[in-house]
Amino acid sequence: MSGTSVMPPARGKRVKGPWEVAARTLLRMPSAVASLSILALLVIVSLAAPFYARHVAHTDPFESDVAATVFLHGEDVPVMQPNQNRLHLGLTPIGPTWRPSADLLGADTQGRDVAARLLYGGRNSLLISSCAAILCIVLAAVVGICAGFFGGLVDILLSRLMDVMWAIPVYLFAISLSIVTVSHGLSLGPITIRSDSLILPIAIIALVYVPYAARPIRGRVLSLRQAEFVLAARCLGASRTRILLREILPNVSTTLIVLAPLVMALALLAESALSFLSIGVQSPQASWGTIIEDGQGLIYTRPAVAIAPGLAIVITVLALNVLGDGLRDALDVRETSRRGSP
Amino acid sequence: MRRRRVLALPLALLLAAAAPPVTRSPDSTDLPPLIAPDGQTIGSPHRGGTLRLTADAGAGTADPQINYNSEMISLAVNVYDGLTAFAKRPGDPSNRPVADLAEALPAPEDGGLTYVFHLRPGIRFSDGRIVTVRDVVASFQRIFKVNSPTSGGFYGGLVGADACLKDGAHCTLAGGVVGDDKAGTITFHLTHPDAEFFDKLSFPHAYVLPADTPLHDLGNDAPPGTGPYRIVSYDPNHGMLVERNPFFKVWSAEAQPDGYPDRITYSFGLTDEAQVTATENGDFDYMYDNVPLDRYGELGDRFPDQVHINPLFGTFYLPMNVNLPPFDKLRARQAVNYAVNRLAMQTFYGGPAAATVLCQNVPAGLPGYEPYCPYTRGADFAHPATAWKAPDLALARKLVEESGTKGMHVTLVVPNRAVEVAMGTNLQNMLNAIGYDADVKPIAFAIQFTYIQNTANKVQISLSDWYADYAEPSDFLTALYGCENFHPNSDSSVNISGFCDQTFQDLIHRAALVSVTDKAAGSRLWAQADRYLLQQSAAAPLIQIKKIELVSKRLGNFYTTNLYHLLFSQAWVQ
Repeated sequence: MSGTSVMPPARGKRVKGPWEVAARTLLRMPSAVASLSILALLVIVSLAAPFYARHVAHTDPFESDVAATVFLHGEDVPVMQPNQNRLHLGLTPIGPTWRPSADLLGADTQGRDVAARLLYGGRNSLLISSCAAILCIVLAAVVGICAGFFGGLVDILLSRLMDVMWAIPVYLFAISLSIVTVSHGLSLGPITIRSDSLILPIAIIALVYVPYAARPIRGRVLSLRQAEFVLAARCLGASRTRILLREILPNVSTTLIVLAPLVMALALLAESALSFLSIGVQSPQASWGTIIEDGQGLIYTRPAVAIAPGLAIVITVLALNVLGDGLRDALDVRETSRRGSP
Repeated sequence: MRRRRVLALPLALLLAAAAPPVTRSPDSTDLPPLIAPDGQTIGSPHRGGTLRLTADAGAGTADPQINYNSEMISLAVNVYDGLTAFAKRPGDPSNRPVADLAEALPAPEDGGLTYVFHLRPGIRFSDGRIVTVRDVVASFQRIFKVNSPTSGGFYGGLVGADACLKDGAHCTLAGGVVGDDKAGTITFHLTHPDAEFFDKLSFPHAYVLPADTPLHDLGNDAPPGTGPYRIVSYDPNHGMLVERNPFFKVWSAEAQPDGYPDRITYSFGLTDEAQVTATENGDFDYMYDNVPLDRYGELGDRFPDQVHINPLFGTFYLPMNVNLPPFDKLRARQAVNYAVNRLAMQTFYGGPAAATVLCQNVPAGLPGYEPYCPYTRGADFAHPATAWKAPDLALARKLVEESGTKGMHVTLVVPNRAVEVAMGTNLQNMLNAIGYDADVKPIAFAIQFTYIQNTANKVQISLSDWYADYAEPSDFLTALYGCENFHPNSDSSVNISGFCDQTFQDLIHRAALVSVTDKAAGSRLWAQADRYLLQQSAAAPLIQIKKIELVSKRLGNFYTTNLYHLLFSQAWVQ
């Protein structure tokens, strides 16, 4: 970071770069380490979904099979079990068996293994939320940096645009865009995106959170524009592009990194909401939101179907928020300076 | 009729008036209902009290000649009468038209082209006025003047109806419906013999209203009727109050018996889940909406005596658009019929207690129904099975391959209710399994039915249900697959498949004509038409459903008719 690298190093000591300092600071925080571990574990088990489904549960979590059976206690047990009441009305999917090879968390109304779907759902939920967060941050960085750095008319136009977008309730905005695109997909000239493509929820979620991320970035750029090292660069005749890329951007990067997990947490919640409403991830693909929707009708009889993905969402969002706090503490220049001061 | 809410479009040509008995469900928990002696309830200890009904939403317009919604129709049968009515008897006899405001069912004259009805004297509307021949004639004119949804389908066969359909405002039905005040007769002249004429007269849109009833949709203001009750107030957002008609006297026990409750109230706004809880708790006596599937276990365990399961002429089926790829190819349509897992559909609807697997287009219990199954593993049309066994995916894949449609993208349109979405997911798997690239598009229940009818929406395949307007096979064959009910670019085109086949048209016309004189022969011809239709695979029949009704603990004399469910006037609440 240009703003901090001008500090002269202490003689005879190896200079620790700001990233190394931040990393060390982060790793000294138990809550941040725990969050990172949880997130890493979630990513690993989600990536292992195909292995679990194929070699452990021996099931296809996307195939509806209400006539399926599982081997339990020495016998084949039907996955969809007739209600043993006087009227014989309705069938209920099997509940948690706590055996990985036999519907560990039970089955849903399609007779599908909930545990396997939970892992596959995690892949989509984490993929969408992380990609949406990255895209959102990139877009917000462009908007925020341009608005803050160029000022004037550019700032007015971009800031008001962000104000208008932020004035629309985020979920309402996302639902509106999703409803439009989920029916026929999206055609942009020669590019056609199918309605069941994950690109749609990624793009929509990223777009609706751009104002949320762009505002602090703009504020940071506004203050950096007046910083001494930027003035110095100007006096030395550096071009605008050079100042943007070499002076402003590196100093904004801490803000972007701190924002990333927070935006990802918001994106995960938005994705779950859209999928719960059937306008996010499309059947037969799964996400944690679609699994909660699957479990909605089973909430009285098989609550695990809805509770399991709900818990996964809670844990992931909590971990991302705690990680975001840790990153803020680790990367914040003023915090670092304060801690480093006698 | 269509769905639990929106009744369907008519159609129907000619057929025998009476239907063979419907097999009653062996698992029905109904006790034999007590029919009021001579239709009178005065003096009965069960007369009185308030019957409390609940539904999630209002029932649309209170105009009985326009409303096509089973919620309102099931109430209106206690408020209005026509010249004829479906018998208000439990079970199978309720399929049969009987004389209501008419003294008797007349014999056809002029080879089935003329019917002369004698109006019963002395019957009064709920505002005290006597029902006259003029009221009857004006009511039939009003059907066209207010553009009733069945004006063309049910009453288009009257002489003069063509002109009325073109210019409803000046409709006179001259030469078609002729009243004679002195003789007290109403004479109907038809353009062609119609064996279902009494069924159509018994349908609610032919109710008799006062001659001065405004010639527009009455909205929330219900007109006077002749039944044992009158609608006092109606607010679709809140509820409805129905009280006794002070001028009602029983004239025919089976057409319109007197009512037991003094008052009927309808409350709107509770979700189906909340309705179940409230009815279980005794806050309401009857919930109109379907019981959500997740409550079946609870009802069976804790409230079995409050649940009634009754047969229904209602089906779920998969219409395939025969004018759009890939289902413009016969083999592609047959592949779907072989591949569909009908047992899974039954499971999604609540299991064997709630539905039965259906292999034909005509449901069990109607003329023309034959128990056989050509589209199942190990069977074909030359060697049909007696019952459905399992899907034949291998054969289905082969047929898709042969049709040259493998790999095509297919969108299945389903209503967005839990049951249909679950069915849709399974059907999507099936379509993918036989070689298509399928996705499912759930659409709001309220608009899905009109959406899939309109050819402008280019729907390839959809999931729909269909309930009978009356107990005849034409309501399933002519209505859903007749050329006359295919209207491109219209929201009102119940021939969703767009199937228009001359051979099939000849078969159903012949079946209708023969039914006028020979019901058994007509029934065989309807069965033949159904077989031909199955071979053409314009749709894949899935299941025949039952009506599952939840009532309060205090409600007695549960009295259900095949077409209109619980007959509110006969329920005991004390």
